[in-house]
Amino acid sequence: MAADPRITEDGLDALREKAARTGKVQDHGIVPVGGPFPKPTSGVSYHGNPVLKPPTWTWQVPLYFFVGGVAGISAVIALVAHLFGTAGLMRAGLWIGFLGALISAPLLIADLGRPSRFLNMLRVFKLRSAMSVGAWTLSGFSTAVGLAVVCHELILAGSGNDFLLVLEWVAEICAALSGLILASYTSVLLGVTAIPVWSENRKLVPVVFLAGGLGSAAAVLELLGFLVPVTQFIGIVASTVETLVAIIIELRGRYVDRPLREGAVGWLTRAGAALAGPASLLLRLFSGHSSVARYLAAVCFVIGALISRYAWIGAGRVSSRDPQALFRIQRPEP
Amino acid sequence: MPISAFLTDASVCIGCKACEVACKEWNHIPDDGFEWSGQSYDNTHALGAATWRHVLFLEEKQPMGPQLAGIDEPFRWQFLSDVCKHCENAGCLEACPTGAIVRTEVGSVYVQPDVCNGCGYCVVSCPFGVVDKSHEVGTAFKCTFCYDRQRDGLMPACAKACPTQSIRFGELEELRQQAQARVKELQDRGYIDAQVYDPTQSSVGGTHAIFVILGESEAYNFPPAPEVPTIHMKSAWSAALVSALVVVLVVFLAFAL
Repeated sequence: MAADPRITEDGLDALREKAARTGKVQDHGIVPVGGPFPKPTSGVSYHGNPVLKPPTWTWQVPLYFFVGGVAGISAVIALVAHLFGTAGLMRAGLWIGFLGALISAPLLIADLGRPSRFLNMLRVFKLRSAMSVGAWTLSGFSTAVGLAVVCHELILAGSGNDFLLVLEWVAEICAALSGLILASYTSVLLGVTAIPVWSENRKLVPVVFLAGGLGSAAAVLELLGFLVPVTQFIGIVASTVETLVAIIIELRGRYVDRPLREGAVGWLTRAGAALAGPASLLLRLFSGHSSVARYLAAVCFVIGALISRYAWIGAGRVSSRDPQALFRIQRPEP
Repeated sequence: MPISAFLTDASVCIGCKACEVACKEWNHIPDDGFEWSGQSYDNTHALGAATWRHVLFLEEKQPMGPQLAGIDEPFRWQFLSDVCKHCENAGCLEACPTGAIVRTEVGSVYVQPDVCNGCGYCVVSCPFGVVDKSHEVGTAFKCTFCYDRQRDGLMPACAKACPTQSIRFGELEELRQQAQARVKELQDRGYIDAQVYDPTQSSVGGTHAIFVILGESEAYNFPPAPEVPTIHMKSAWSAALVSALVVVLVVFLAFAL
């Protein structure tokens, strides 16, 4: 009988290396001669296995983070536009908020697998759970922005009265306030977890998510034809913030931020930051009055911000797999 | 009912996995895959939705107390049955938006399977990486501390099955004393790196599953200073509030300028 080339010490070593690299060996018929001889573990962790569990969220969740951000900030822009009497921007802002809310709910529910399960979210209200705050905020925002759109369209159609005018203002204010929470709670949701890269960036993620929501809301308005100074100003501010955040992440060079700088997710983070940051900013600053450049800047920002949401969730997934990221925070080297 | 707890002692565990089997049998847990991990005799990797007791097999280049390894370099082979820690301040319980995760009268943390909606927020909020979402069922699962057995005055299945009393079940404070006594006994016998793993000093505030281990906690993938994530609630919301105010200011400026 010809000896299986794998059943030698060298062969077993190769299998162990493969196991260490890939996490498991799926070859069939491996006969360990004399049993798997005990090999010392490497480093200080259990076989280098993850301590934490990776996030289980599906692809709908980062998309919801993005859409919720755009919808929430659009309601804020709509309210301020109303205060300044800019009718066109106001109407567009309200509609973007309303459509965003309509898209958000199915995205969030799809992640649960069974639609009726969403109702369980509404059996309690827990301030200590960002997920609970978010579920209630989305419900409140959808109601408020929907009411504001209905009021506004009724008034435009000529059936306005004092009651509708007051109701519209109330609904708009509620939509703007809950919109701010909708656009920002998702960052707190990530920051208040055990995942090292999220938890250690709990003060930075709110800046990223709100800047992304703000810039994307302005960009969507631009893509709808509002090439006005308002959207240009907001776009420049948001792109500047995106650029600064990217510089901070690169320069800080922390171990815990490695998923944001290295590997596929690191490049995804950089691609998102480059599009929403410098690319969009330069197009806005050095394009004169070219409307093509404005559209291009808006497209760059929207795609960049969307990529960034996926990159942050992906970074959490990578971070959860690295036991050293967790240990280094809890037991800093002397 | 008294506040109950597990005391799991690595120094007497023989790695027989009777606890894993008893747990699976009693709780009707499905299999967790049939794959070779290449990690000693451990083929279940970690605790998860279908693994509520998990026996670790540690292989370290260190002497085991006064024992001789029989090979040239120092070596020890250790076993320990890991389990949900049932934290005093539990990250999963705080995070749960549905109220599915509750504290029972015996002090344990319990996931009500009919209330959980599978949002997955407990999964990323557990500082020990214990609770996980089952992809078959779509909701979260972890050790129930055999709540059903305890209500009928029975000890949890794993403790019942353990042939060496490595898993002890009893009243929390009593077991804490037993753990200290056991560590002192081990140290007296030359196992100088014996210690109790029970993070009472961190924000977790102690656990209902305490361990006697040899060496650093990291070798068992136990976080040296686990924190309940909600301690960061204030700083995260503060950053969000400041950012939101800046957003409002920027939008106002955009219209005013």
